[in-house]
Parts: sequence; C-alpha cells; structure tokens
Amino acid sequence: MKPDMLSPALRVKELSKAFGTKIVLRNVDLEVRKGETVVVIGASGSGKTTLLRCISHLEFPTSGNVYVDGRPIGRLATSDGRWKTASERQLAIQRRGIGFVFQRFNLFPHLTALDNVAIGLRRVRGMAKKAARDRAAEHLRMVFLGDHLTKRPAELSGGQQQRVAIARAIAMEPIIILFDEPTSALDPELVREVLDAIRVLASTGMTSVIVTHEMSFAHQVANRVIYMDEGAIVEQGTPADVFGSPRETRTRRFLEHFTIPQPKTVP
Amino acid sequence: MAIDWNIVQTAIPLLARGTVVTLQISLVAGVLACIIGFLLGLAALSNVRALRWLIAAYVDFVRGTPLLIQVFLVFFALPVIGIRFDEIWAGIIALAFNTSAYIAETVRGGVGSVERGQTEAAKSIGMFRWQILTYILLPQALRPMLPPLTNELISMTKNTSLLSVISVYELTRAGQAIISVHFVPFEIYLLLALYYYALIKSLSYFSRWIESRMPVL
Repeated sequence: MKPDMLSPALRVKELSKAFGTKIVLRNVDLEVRKGETVVVIGASGSGKTTLLRCISHLEFPTSGNVYVDGRPIGRLATSDGRWKTASERQLAIQRRGIGFVFQRFNLFPHLTALDNVAIGLRRVRGMAKKAARDRAAEHLRMVFLGDHLTKRPAELSGGQQQRVAIARAIAMEPIIILFDEPTSALDPELVREVLDAIRVLASTGMTSVIVTHEMSFAHQVANRVIYMDEGAIVEQGTPADVFGSPRETRTRRFLEHFTIPQPKTVP
Repeated sequence: MAIDWNIVQTAIPLLARGTVVTLQISLVAGVLACIIGFLLGLAALSNVRALRWLIAAYVDFVRGTPLLIQVFLVFFALPVIGIRFDEIWAGIIALAFNTSAYIAETVRGGVGSVERGQTEAAKSIGMFRWQILTYILLPQALRPMLPPLTNELISMTKNTSLLSVISVYELTRAGQAIISVHFVPFEIYLLLALYYYALIKSLSYFSRWIESRMPVL
C-alpha cells in the first residue's frame, strides 16, 4: 500500500457500537492525519478501548464506517456501486494497514522475541526467513531490545514484552498504530521504558492513536488529546488546551483525579 | 491351582507373532487416526457451518455406537455395497475411524482453549485464519493435547483385541488359538494381560518422554 498523503491516515464516521442493549459508542467521528499522535483519555467504561477495537474490526461496529488511508475497513465496494461486508479473508488484508498493541501484550509464547516480530514479515509480507529476521532484529533494537532477541516471552519482563509487541506492530509498517492502554498491565517501575519506546517512535513520524491513563506522557507526546465519556468524544484539542483549560465540566472533573504537569506559563 | 510352566514356555514365542501383528495394526491405525483426527478437528474449527455440522454428526455417530458394531459394519456390511477389505485392513480402518473421532474432539478442544488474545494478536498483524491455526494456535495446543491424545491411542491399542472376532491373527487371537488346542485359559489369558500391559506401559512412557521434551509455554 502506497500511503496517500492527501487522505487522512484514519477516518472514523458516525461509529456506534452496542453490546446487546448497552450502547458503548455513540456516533463517534474522528480523523487522524499522517504523522499525528492522538491520545484518548477518559474513565474506564467510556468506550476508549471499544473505539480502538472497532477501528481494527476486532469488534464489529454496530453502525458507521472506518477508513484507513482512504480505504474502507470491513466493507467492499461492489461493481454496482453498493457496499458489502468484507469476507474474513478480505478483512485480514485490510487490517494490514492497522497495527494494534494490546494491554496484555498478547505475544506468541511459543516464539522467541525475534520470531514474534519476524513471523508477520514472513507469513504475511512473504519475506524470506533471513531477511525477515534481520528486519525484526532492527525493529527490536529500535525499542532497545537488541540483547534479548532469542528470549521467549516468559523470560522477559512485562515492559520488555510490551516493547516486543510494539516492535511486532511497527515491523508490519501499518498506516496507523492503535495502542490500547499499553502500560496498564505493567508494574509501575516498568511503565517508563515502554512510554520511552513509544515516544521515540512517535518522534520518527509514526501515526498513532493511544489510549492511556498516563497524563504526563499524554501531555508530552500528543499532538491532540481527546476526552471520551459515555461512548462519545466530549472534548478535543492540543494538550495545552485540554489539560490547561478544559472547556467541558466533565473533562475538568475527570482531570481533577490526576496531577498534570502544567505547561510552563509565561510569567 | 498350579501354573503349567511348560505351556507358558511354548506360548511365549507363539504369542510373539501375535504381538507383532497387534503392534503393526496399532501403528498403522494410530497414524491414520491422527491424520484423519487432526484434519477433522481443524475442519471442525472452520467457518463453514455445513462442514462443522457434518463433523459433529460423524463424531456423534462414532461415540454413540459400539466399536464392535463398527468393526462388523466395515467387515460384513461394506462388502454388500461392493467395498471389500481383508480382515486386517477392515480392522485397521474401523479402528482408525473410531479413534479419529475422539482425536478430532481433542484437537478442536485443544485449539479452542488457547487464549483469545492470541487469535486477536495474529489478526492484528493481518494473518489469514489458516495461518493463525497453523502458526499460532496449533503449536500452543500441542502440549496440552498430548495427554488426552495418548489416552486415545492407548484405548485404541487395547481395542485391537476386538479384531479377534473377525479372525485377525493379533495377540488375543493368537492366545485363543493356543487355548483351543491345549485348553489352558488361566495361563494364556494371564500372559495376554501381561503382554498388553507391557505394550501400553511402553506407549505411555514414550508419550511422557515426548511431553517432557516439549517446551512449557
């Protein structure tokens, strides 16, 4: 896929999701430009994770559309100009534009760190074994794991595992990467190394949507912060706007739970 | 009751021939059962509903009918519609299909028990369903599948004795032949039990050895 600089990396239109009678997402609209880092904050149950899962179609939206690089996800245009649901196989191909980093890492326990990253390159991208492993090693070095290539997930700390998972996603060179609370399952002392890895990648032009509770990280890394509540986007803007002078009462209430480093104000 | 040691001495080499046949049948039927069972088990995980239904019906039929009847079906009933096997192959086919149904269930259950996050992670890097099965789920399911798989192969090996009813000259049949000549059921059946026990024990040790060499995930 050749990235088309004109179309946004991600476009979400009127996305809704209900589990039975419980509505989790309500008409969410979202656009992410190429190279942009969007951080989504909000209380648990506000629909942040479901939003990411619906974008990647790990969960099927009840209604609404998702486009990555201008191409629809989960649907196909038919010759008579109508739409039909993509088959599982077509969806697998469409998903290659979307990377996903899970809260619980979900590394493949039977493979080494190197092969966790290389398997997609080999089996999905069709690279030769040697080339795939060389490329995988490069990506693991980018997340500071050059010394752990041959270790299995069980031999790695949570922070290391999550960095392997990040390398696995990055290696596929997706248009956009979705991070679903990447540090929530980690011991406090391991959070930093994962955030540092994400920070480095964000500075290299990676396009991403990051769901997180790490407010100071959000403050530093985000081009745009989105606050969600009850399945809807309540407020969005630059970190300075959302953290510094939130317009909505709900945002303000939510942010009162965190100590957020205030940006340096002009005296 | 004294044991007739002379007959024991005569019987041991005679039973050896039957043991070889039992081993051959177990090996061929076991390999066939694993191949068919894995294919059926994986097909049972497909997204084609008709295929899943067909396999469920097959497994249900095999589990719901006695093996003895299945052996008779293959040996006596199939020739009526023009499909004819000699007694050894009829026995092997009946055993293989019988065991494959149980193996299919083990495979389906084993793959199904792998955590859902594994499938999601594989989907997130764009893998097709068959790739997820082959490269992600099956390798992880193999070790937990081994103990039930061993049980099924052990049952099958013991069930080879049923083939004596269609005159397969396996271990049990070989023993019965000696009994009919010398009329020494006590010695011979005791010997048969020991022979089977030794066979099954080696099989389960072999399986445990394989299991110990597989990585714990």
